[in-house]
Amino acid sequence: MANEERRPTPEEMLARAKAEEERRRRGKLKIFFGASPGVGKTFAMLEAARTKRKEGLDVVIGWIETHGRKETEALTEGLERIPPREIEYRGVRLKEFDLDAALKRRPALLLVDELPHTNAPSSKHARRWQDILEILDAGIDVYSTLNVQHLDSLNDVVAQITHVAVRETVPDSIFERADEVELVDLTPDDLLQRLKEGKVYIPEQAQRAIESFFHKGNLIALRELSLQRTAERVDVQMTTWRREQGIAVPWTARERVLVAIGPAPQSADLVRAACRMATRLGAPWIALSVETPEFHRLPAEERDRAQAHLAMAERLGAEPLVITADNVAETILTTARQRNVSRIVVGKPTHSRWRDRLRGSLVDKLVRGSGPIDVLVTKGELEQAERPLRPEPRLPAPLREYAIALGVVFLSTALSWIGRGFFDLADEAMIYLLGVLFVASRFSRGPAILASLLSVAALDFFFVPPFFTFTVADVRYVVTFAVLLVAGLLVSGLTLRIREQAEAARQRERRTAVLYMMTRSFAARSGVADIAEAAARHVEVLFETEAAVLLSGDQGALLHRGGSAGELVQSEKERTVARWVYEHGRQAGFGTDTLPVAKGLFLPLTGGKGTFGVLGVSLGDRAQPLTPSQRQLLDVFVNQTSLALERAMLTEQAQKDKVTVENERLRSTLLSAVSHDLRTPLAAITGAATSLQQERSNLGTEGRRELLDTIREEAEHLNRIVSDLLDLTRLEAGAVAAKKEWYPLEEVVGSALARLETALAGRDLWVDLPSSLLLVPLDPVLVEQAFINLLENALKYTPKGSPIEVTARLSDGKAQIEISDRGPGIPPGEEKKIFEKLYRVAGTGAPSGTGLGLAICHAIAAAHGGQIEARNREGGGATFLLTLPIEGTPPEMPRDEKP
Amino acid sequence: MSAKPLAETTPGPLVLLVEDESQLRRFLRPSLLAHGYRVEEAQTGEEGLSFVRQYNPDLVLLDLGLPDVDGLEVTRRLRQWSNVPVVVLSARGQEQDKVAALDAGADDYLTKPFGLPELLARIRVALRHRLQQEGISPDKEFSYGPLRVDLSTRRVFVEGQEVTLTAIEYKLLQVLVQNAGKVVTHRQLLNAVWGPGHSDQIQYLRVYMAHLRRKLDPNPAKPRIFQTETGIGYRLRVDE
Repeated sequence: MANEERRPTPEEMLARAKAEEERRRRGKLKIFFGASPGVGKTFAMLEAARTKRKEGLDVVIGWIETHGRKETEALTEGLERIPPREIEYRGVRLKEFDLDAALKRRPALLLVDELPHTNAPSSKHARRWQDILEILDAGIDVYSTLNVQHLDSLNDVVAQITHVAVRETVPDSIFERADEVELVDLTPDDLLQRLKEGKVYIPEQAQRAIESFFHKGNLIALRELSLQRTAERVDVQMTTWRREQGIAVPWTARERVLVAIGPAPQSADLVRAACRMATRLGAPWIALSVETPEFHRLPAEERDRAQAHLAMAERLGAEPLVITADNVAETILTTARQRNVSRIVVGKPTHSRWRDRLRGSLVDKLVRGSGPIDVLVTKGELEQAERPLRPEPRLPAPLREYAIALGVVFLSTALSWIGRGFFDLADEAMIYLLGVLFVASRFSRGPAILASLLSVAALDFFFVPPFFTFTVADVRYVVTFAVLLVAGLLVSGLTLRIREQAEAARQRERRTAVLYMMTRSFAARSGVADIAEAAARHVEVLFETEAAVLLSGDQGALLHRGGSAGELVQSEKERTVARWVYEHGRQAGFGTDTLPVAKGLFLPLTGGKGTFGVLGVSLGDRAQPLTPSQRQLLDVFVNQTSLALERAMLTEQAQKDKVTVENERLRSTLLSAVSHDLRTPLAAITGAATSLQQERSNLGTEGRRELLDTIREEAEHLNRIVSDLLDLTRLEAGAVAAKKEWYPLEEVVGSALARLETALAGRDLWVDLPSSLLLVPLDPVLVEQAFINLLENALKYTPKGSPIEVTARLSDGKAQIEISDRGPGIPPGEEKKIFEKLYRVAGTGAPSGTGLGLAICHAIAAAHGGQIEARNREGGGATFLLTLPIEGTPPEMPRDEKP
Repeated sequence: MSAKPLAETTPGPLVLLVEDESQLRRFLRPSLLAHGYRVEEAQTGEEGLSFVRQYNPDLVLLDLGLPDVDGLEVTRRLRQWSNVPVVVLSARGQEQDKVAALDAGADDYLTKPFGLPELLARIRVALRHRLQQEGISPDKEFSYGPLRVDLSTRRVFVEGQEVTLTAIEYKLLQVLVQNAGKVVTHRQLLNAVWGPGHSDQIQYLRVYMAHLRRKLDPNPAKPRIFQTETGIGYRLRVDE
């Protein structure tokens, strides 16, 4: 029943459709794969390209390495070439493949030789295969070449065979990702023949090459490797095909490999072995590093190595995982069970057996606890991670601790000596034991051992007969000594363990606390800018460096929204990296393979609709690179920040939509009301003017004057409505921002009163201003407008001749201006409504208002961060109180001399 | 409307009206003629500039919103070779527009809509100030209402009482007196008193002006001497 056809589940179909779509959009990659240099990969590539060219395809050479071989050179003729980019590096002119020119040229098929090439330092990507990925992303097909020894997972095997370590390796993922791999095969004999004929290298190089690399044994082994690798690939293709055809492949779905790695150099081999296994099985794999408290005490270089192993695993396609825990074996098993792992790969122990007897062997624990999971023990070492780091990395306890230990023994001796008349030996031993326990529980192992030994010696010397010798008369005293010694050791061991656990707990605690703080501070904030700022600050505090959040603006531009605005945001170089990250949704910059010359590490902030921003962390100036757990923390940070920012952006959008709807509603109400208000004076003007035109009308001089007055008054009224409307619209549209300047309050009050001089004539005007010069930050034009509106309001709604009072005072750090009248006051319950647009107090019979004056006052007060309120006065009348905040300090005045 | 038509024997001052809107020209031309002014009309900025060369008017009434060249630009170009008084008419009520026009060299401004009496008063002030500038009457002593300033001895009196001013206060007063009736912008005052390059220190200017006002014109509710043109500058009141 192996080939029984079955229908794919919806998830499978979706995954297939997605992969299909991805493949269609991206360019196709074909790799010409060979066992060693000289087999003719470039040649084969060019021939294939020429065939395509004949078929009418737009074929362009992006980069070709002919090594001066004539036949190859001849094949490039007639094919368009993209001129190389020239880079000056340390005085040497280097030629490099020009990625940007290729993207601009956009051929259908681009030839880029030498996939594993390392680019010159100032290039966009560190490696050529990254250039190629970008070209493929742009939808351009690519032909490239690769030798087997450059494949990451085979690197160690090749090095063993040839004794030549190849540095330029290519992740297996790109090999797997290739749509087509063509094996260019040549028998070792033929290759050697070509070499001798000078077809591969120029003669003098050729001899050296034959001696070092190209001897037959090597060539056979390499050929076998490349054939095997190609076969594996075909195998994977076969299973993929089977999956796509809906043929159940039960075992692939169940396989999952977990490799446990540590800082030992052998771990690198372990990773490669696991990678090969996972690839063969077509299974996903996990690289797990367990950080025990001891791990944190390792020297920095060892920790770095562990980090490098993890990074290598990630490059090879593994899912990297860092877990902080005490018990390595248990952690590995728990993770394996949680992740449905079918095989665990660990290294062979290299330490001596007695240690396993004492502490239990990791392999043993794994095998016993693994249940249905296979445990593969291969060469390499893992125990390093659990190694009790007694000898090397322990810092010697400070001298002070030893001195105290000495002092404690001295004290014990003194006490015992003083009491020697009453004590017997058991009491004295107890006193010493107390001292030893004290030292062991407080300090590290060294002082504890010292205290134990010294105590034994002192006890023996002073209190065990024969006195003042180290000779022991009775054997049973030896037991006392042993108890003292063992107690010291045991307690100090316990203390150490507790301290280590506390340290690990502290670390976890700190991480959790930081995350918790961040989530909480996000929850407390709602604005995008606020959250961006908070996120940047948290990263800055945690990693002790600068961080910035950039978010996409209106036209897709990246805008600085939070955090430091220093080099991370200003520098052209950093901005380019940020831009790249934003466009590609992948991290880049410092410590990565893409654009590593940057100082900042940039991580994409991604939400439901793709990447919407970038988080930049300046790491270039840090002394220490980030540890894997810090990296993991940073990733969690970025996730949290993305979530919070997306939430805030959606809220903001919703808010905006709501405001728009509200504005629309208001606008239409306003429009209908205004059209009525505008027509009334127009009607009066038209009426008056037409009756003046009627020649035969028998208007007297008095009548004519009245009509003329009507025209003038109504025109003025119309003008008021129009300018009020304009003012209000401008204020509400935010076009008029309050331009605050330090301004003498009396000047604004004075100019408003002066403007209304004629209207105020015949009124009792009380003006009470502070005697000292009161400077208030305000926009004089707007505030004057507010005063005029308030005064006119008072004039309009109060009987002629009634008094008007204007008082200003400084109160509670705010300027308070009151305009009070003795009119009819405000109808109760309408104290707030009167500040609404087009609201008029009913039944006052005041005709000439626009209904906008107080709304303008309200808008002006708001634009200043102040308030306006109205209330009725005792004894009748209304009071309008305008409050303006006074923030900051007024400018200092330069000295002015007498003339 | 207190101004009397000028004597019929002498030809009245020539006013060049640069305005593209016919309604306003229709209203201004007869009104100005009725008050004894001669009127020429131009409808665009370029036309206005060439008419100034051609007719050498005594005063220009300039609309800011012209179809071809902006009124501000017309003022700037005019000031390169002519001192003719310019009164700007504008529908733009924004303070920065007025300040820009005054700084560009306009003598005064009026916001539309305006009444005829106000326009006539502004024209008279501009013409009189022009005469002063030309040195026909370089006042050694200036006196208006309660204020008397003796420019030669630098002494200031309010209602006969001498007032002591600081150096800066006196200089401010002097500039305003020399431009009596005209709006002097903050920038013009700063340039005149502190010299160019201090035009950003409006805050100081305001405080000095407040001190000066307290000494000369103590009731802010009833200013007799100074008029604050909020957001623009100050004017010494010269009532007709």
